[in-house]
Parts: sequence; C-alpha cells; structure tokens
Amino acid sequence: MNRADLESMAQREQQRQQAFRCRILCCASTPCLSSGGTAVFDAINTAVTELKLDADVQPVATGCMGPCSRGPMVTVQEQGQPDVVYQQVTPEVARVIVAEHASQQKSFADHVLPSDDPFFAKQQKVVLANSGLIDPEKLEDYVAHGGYLALGYALREMTPESVCKEIIASGLRGRGGAGFPAGLKWDMVRREKADKKFIVANGDEGDPGAYMDRTLMESDPHRVLEGMAIAGFAVGAEQGFLYVRGEYPVAAKRLERAIRTAERRGLLGSRVLDSGFNFRVDVRIGAGAFVCGEETALMASIMGNRGQPTTRPPYPAQKGLWGKPTLINNVETFGNIAPIISGGAAWYSTIGTPKSKGTKIFALAGRVNTTGLIEVPMGITLREIVFDIGGGIPEGMAFKAAQTGGPSGGCIPAEHLDTPVDYESLRALGSIMGSGGLIIMDERSCMVDVAKFFMEFCMDESCGKCVPCRVGTVQMHRVLERITEGSATMADLERLQELCTMVKETSLCGLGQSAPNPVLSTIRYFMDEYTAHITHHHCPAGKCTLDQQPVSEWVTA
Amino acid sequence: MAVVTLTINDEMVSAQEGQSLLSVLHEHGIEMPTLCHLEGLSERGGCRLCMVELEGNARLQAACVTPVAEGIVVHTHSERLVKYRMMILELLFSERNHICAVCVMNGHCELQAEAAKIGMDHVRYDYLDPDLPMDASHSRFGLDHNRCILCTRCVRVCDEIEGAHVWDVMGRGANSRVITDLNQAWGTSKSCTSCGKCVQVCPTGALFTKGATVAEMEKQHDFLRWILDGREKNVWAYERNGK
Repeated sequence: MNRADLESMAQREQQRQQAFRCRILCCASTPCLSSGGTAVFDAINTAVTELKLDADVQPVATGCMGPCSRGPMVTVQEQGQPDVVYQQVTPEVARVIVAEHASQQKSFADHVLPSDDPFFAKQQKVVLANSGLIDPEKLEDYVAHGGYLALGYALREMTPESVCKEIIASGLRGRGGAGFPAGLKWDMVRREKADKKFIVANGDEGDPGAYMDRTLMESDPHRVLEGMAIAGFAVGAEQGFLYVRGEYPVAAKRLERAIRTAERRGLLGSRVLDSGFNFRVDVRIGAGAFVCGEETALMASIMGNRGQPTTRPPYPAQKGLWGKPTLINNVETFGNIAPIISGGAAWYSTIGTPKSKGTKIFALAGRVNTTGLIEVPMGITLREIVFDIGGGIPEGMAFKAAQTGGPSGGCIPAEHLDTPVDYESLRALGSIMGSGGLIIMDERSCMVDVAKFFMEFCMDESCGKCVPCRVGTVQMHRVLERITEGSATMADLERLQELCTMVKETSLCGLGQSAPNPVLSTIRYFMDEYTAHITHHHCPAGKCTLDQQPVSEWVTA
Repeated sequence: MAVVTLTINDEMVSAQEGQSLLSVLHEHGIEMPTLCHLEGLSERGGCRLCMVELEGNARLQAACVTPVAEGIVVHTHSERLVKYRMMILELLFSERNHICAVCVMNGHCELQAEAAKIGMDHVRYDYLDPDLPMDASHSRFGLDHNRCILCTRCVRVCDEIEGAHVWDVMGRGANSRVITDLNQAWGTSKSCTSCGKCVQVCPTGALFTKGATVAEMEKQHDFLRWILDGREKNVWAYERNGK
C-alpha cells in the first residue's frame, strides 16, 4: 500500500459511512461494557434488524466517549444534524432510540446529555479525537479519520532528524509522569550508533483509579501503533514492543488485531507504505506487577527476566533491551505523535502553558458528580476540572483534596484549587502530574487513611530489591496503621517523617523514591488531622476506629 | 586506560576510567559498609548502604553501581548518610529474625559487623517477625530464611561463577524469598552441584554448613579472588576460545 492507496481507502470508507442516514455509536469500552454495554449494543442491532433499517442505520461499537459514570453511552449521528449523546442507556431505552431516530421523531429527551454540558465544553480532544467516534477494531474507520497519513508524510517528506526536531519543537513531554521532553529522548536514541534499536510503548498503567492508557489502547489502537512507527523511523528502530498490563485483556486483544490488520495492509511490517522502512510491533503482556511500569523493570520483563528495576545510568536510550539503545515512552506520548506530525509543532505548541505543551488525559474519579475520562489542555485549573467538567461534589459536600499521580503523587488541598495543572505547578505543591490519575476527595475522606491506603499499595507492590523500599514501606505502613487505630504517639509521627525522607532519598527506583509522597503531602497540608488522631483521639472525617491506646498510656495507667 | 581525577571527602584522588566508585573508595582505605556487594560478583545496588553524595547531583548514588567520572566531588560520610545507613541497618534487623546470640554466624556475620562498626545498638522499628521456614533437606547445607537479608549473593554466585543457577528469588516486597530450583526443597534439586559457593558467600547465617552450632560458622570467599585472577591471566581454555 502507498499513500495514494491510503487516501482512496479513506475516501471509500467515508463514502460508505455517508451512505447511511444515521450512525448509532455505542461505547464498547471497559466501563460501559461493565455497566451493560454489550446488552445495549445487542438491543440496537436487533432493533435495526427488526425494523429493517439495515441500509439506513449503522450501529457501531466504538471506544470511550468520556463520562464513564453515566454509561452505557450511546451517540447518534444523523446526517445534517448535531450529534445526540444518550446516557445511562438500557436495552429498552436503546430500542426506543432506534425507533425514534428511524421515524425521525424528536429525540428521547430523558436520557439526552446536552451537548453544551460543561463536561464536553471544557475539554480539548487531541489524543482522544477519535475515541468514541470510530470502531477500534476497524482499520478503515481510523484511516477515514486521517489515520496513517502522518506516518506516510513522515516517511516521504521528512528525515529522521527532522521528525525529532519537530517533536522537540512541539514541546511534548513524556506522559508517563516524570515529564522528560520526548523529543530530546528521541534525539538521544537517534544519535546512538548500534546495529539494532528498539521502541517500547509502556502500557503498564497501574495507579489505582487510572485508566487513561487502557482507554487509549482500547479506543484507538492504531493511533498508538502509528506513533510507534513514526518513532521507529525517527530513531532508526525496526522492532517495537507494546507492553500491556495483564489486567487489560480487551486492550491487548484489540492491539493484536490492529497489528495484524495493519501488517496485512502494509502499514506495518516490511516496507511500510512502500518505503524502505520496516517496522514490526509485538505485544508483550505483563503479569501484574506495578513496578513493571518503571522502565528498567519493564524492559527486564520484556526480556523474560524478573521484573526488577536496575540503576540508571546507563539509561535505556544508551543500553536498553538486550543492551541496545531503546526508546521507551508511555502509550499516551505515542498517541500525541500523529497529531503533531499532521498538525505541525507550531500548532501543537499553542496548546497548554509555556513549559507544558499540549493536552493531558485524566481519569477523573472519586467524589465528583461525573467521573470519567477527560482530555484537557495543560494549564487548566483544578477548579475547572472538578466543578465544571466533573460537575462538583455530590450531596452538597465540600471539596477537600485531589490526589494526582496516584501512589507516587500527592494531594492538593482546597486552597490550591486555582493552581494551573502543569508539570511545574504540581511539583511545586509537592505532588506530581503522574500518568493522569485524578482522585477527588470530599470531607468524608480521612487524609491519614488515604495515606495509609497508598502506602499499603506501595508495600504490596515493592519488588523487594532494595532495603529502604522493601522494609521501609512496611514500617511506614505500620506507623500509619497505628495512627488510624489510635495507638500512635507523637514520637511515632516523627519517626514516620524521618523514614519518609530516608526512603525517598535512598531507594533504587521511582517506586520507592516516590512511595512516601502521599504521606509527606498529607502531612504538609493536613498536619492537624494527624495531630487530631494522635493527641485528641479524634478522626475529623469520622472514618478511623481509634479503638486502641498507645502502649505508654498502658504503662502509666 | 584513561585516568580520571576526582575529589573524595575534600581529597583529590585519581582512578582509572570505568572503575566503580566503590572500588576507588576501597583502594583509598575509606571504610564503606556493604552487604550485597562482593568482589567477583556482578553489582546489585540493593542494600543501599554504600550511598554517597555527589555534588551537583540532587540524588544520592550507590557507590557500587556508580562509575567514576572526571571531576566529580564525592562525600561519603556526611551526617545524613551516616544516619541513613544506621536506619537501613535497623530496617534490616527489624525485617526478619536476627538474634545474634543463637546464630551460627555469631562473631563472623557481616550484618552484625556492619552494625557494630556503625554503632547501631538498638532497633527503633517494630520487629516484623515473619513466619518463615527452614530448609534442611540438603545433605550438607542448611537454609534459614529467618536470617536472609535478600542480598542475592547466592543467586549471583550460582549463576555467574558455578553456572548452575539453582538459586533465584520468588515473591515480591517483604514477601521475597530465595528459592532453589522452582521452589523445590534444596535436597531434591537436580541442578545443584553441592559446590557450596552459595554458603561461602552468604553474609549472614542464612546459609550454613550442617552441623555448625552457635558461632561456629565461618565463611571464606577467597575462592572468588582465585577465579578472578585466573580469568585475568586467561588460564581457562574455554574462555580463551570464547574470545
């Protein structure tokens, strides 16, 4: 296949879709499937067949539409009319929707989500542009939405050097959490001299409550593959690995299928788009370890070894998989590549703040009215995310804190709600951007309990290689447990803080170095809660049992 | 080999390029506590006792896995580092069962020696007291998980020197354990050559010769030196041919 074939494939598919008067898009992403999406899609299909609308109406199973707590979601695209989005669709409602749109009556108002809802209005979709609009299992659908044009353009009109320059100029930073400039990393790998180089896409997302990568891989797998292929061309690699978390079977299945179709059509594999460039991608499935999201541990896992991190340097860019230079980026980073190449770095760098460019996907979870997957321009304030997009806190409760970056991040209290969300501002607050988990907490959350939850997570997920993380997390968890039980003293709190600093500074990899962050940031903003637990035996949120006493009190009694 | 100059604790020293910082520290007689490091085995960087401060680098670095570089300024015994080393040792002692008085290695144990050198005389953390088994199925050696500090010297010596790879690690975090074969009893291992190298490199009383009683076990790892010297002199035909 060459670029002309690609364009004609896009045109054919566009014409085919326009032949239908109406397309009914039904979300087939994990959250909607788990709330009954399969039955809804079946009901739509049956209704279309029963009403003999096959030539008129096309039901499509798509990727994520965003407001996951309101699922199953259905979008109806009617020609010459604005899209109508339905929420909480049941099979019965689905049948009515089909019937009403078939008879061109007015839409089924009860379940309509208004299109000017701030949930949609404040978002800007770049990476998720196709998510919820295309069938992730159909290559043609992606191509009809401009897919693989960026790869074709890069292969014909650009040199590896100019691709790297473009990525540097775009200001794109790694979306895995640390925010290292992606273009610089690409250029480092490009400059390395080696007979073989590798591309790795990190889809081992493990933060509790986060599912940005899963959704991207499930909703638009070809976008990730296209980004990887462009990266392969830019750095001179012919082999890519997509490391998918073991808990994401749907994503892995869709990616496998996407790779096979793309290879069959000559968009991956040998002589990509009739050029001299070859690029193969293989999926590797993780076995359920959080630490494998750390790049050196991930590479060990790909090579079939125990998933344990090693010290850097040497960085993967110098010595990665099998000792060869390896470019490793998050799947969301790869999702940004095609838009940058097609839209140009100049366009991309207009989005966001001076130091953090582009958009970021967040998994909005916790105590907000609408939870779901959102993509917002960098620099948006937390207040806009929580109160406009998320629709505020339910049951009239007050906002207490937002946890960004999962177990590696920290909390942001109400007084900092107007902070712009970008890498530097969040770091200044003692949190991190992280991979995009965003958990909102209200007055009913006890911050000590939250810190304990994340410490328990890190304790369970520590690989056990270095002592501070292996034993330190257990000891920190013990102290936090004592605080929530009521048997801690102020000396314990001091010991906890001391341990936090030590584990942060001496651990081998990012997991241990960031494990104390939730504790440190809750101590920083909610010290009064810690002291209330210890000195007054009182949990302000009413969550902790506090049914124990410090040993010292036993002795004095 | 090129020579680099670096500053260690306000003193200029020279070293060969490619050397690890830890070996330079040892050459200059600077006392550095180590547990997972053993000359002749690959570096692990896991015990975090040899952490040093490098000026201009916000992060502490483990000396064993840090190569020397021109002009680096190293501090090895700042107040913070000594405190952290003490805390790491306390954590190690709290993790399993390290009651010296009843241990075969009492008086010869590297963990005990490091604690004594640094002046760690009590543990401020909870003893975790995990319920761990012993493996006495091997005819000559015994394994006591309670004394294991997971330095993985046994894993590395068996893989890198003996070439049998009997040992490995299973589980993760505080539940990690060294295992023989695929977590089978050591005595039933088909791959074990009973060479005893793992026992000799073990820093604590986790691996011991059967029949040893309290304080009787002494270990010698000079065999690693002989092997290294042999390699340097290229005495083994298969290694010559390999090159």
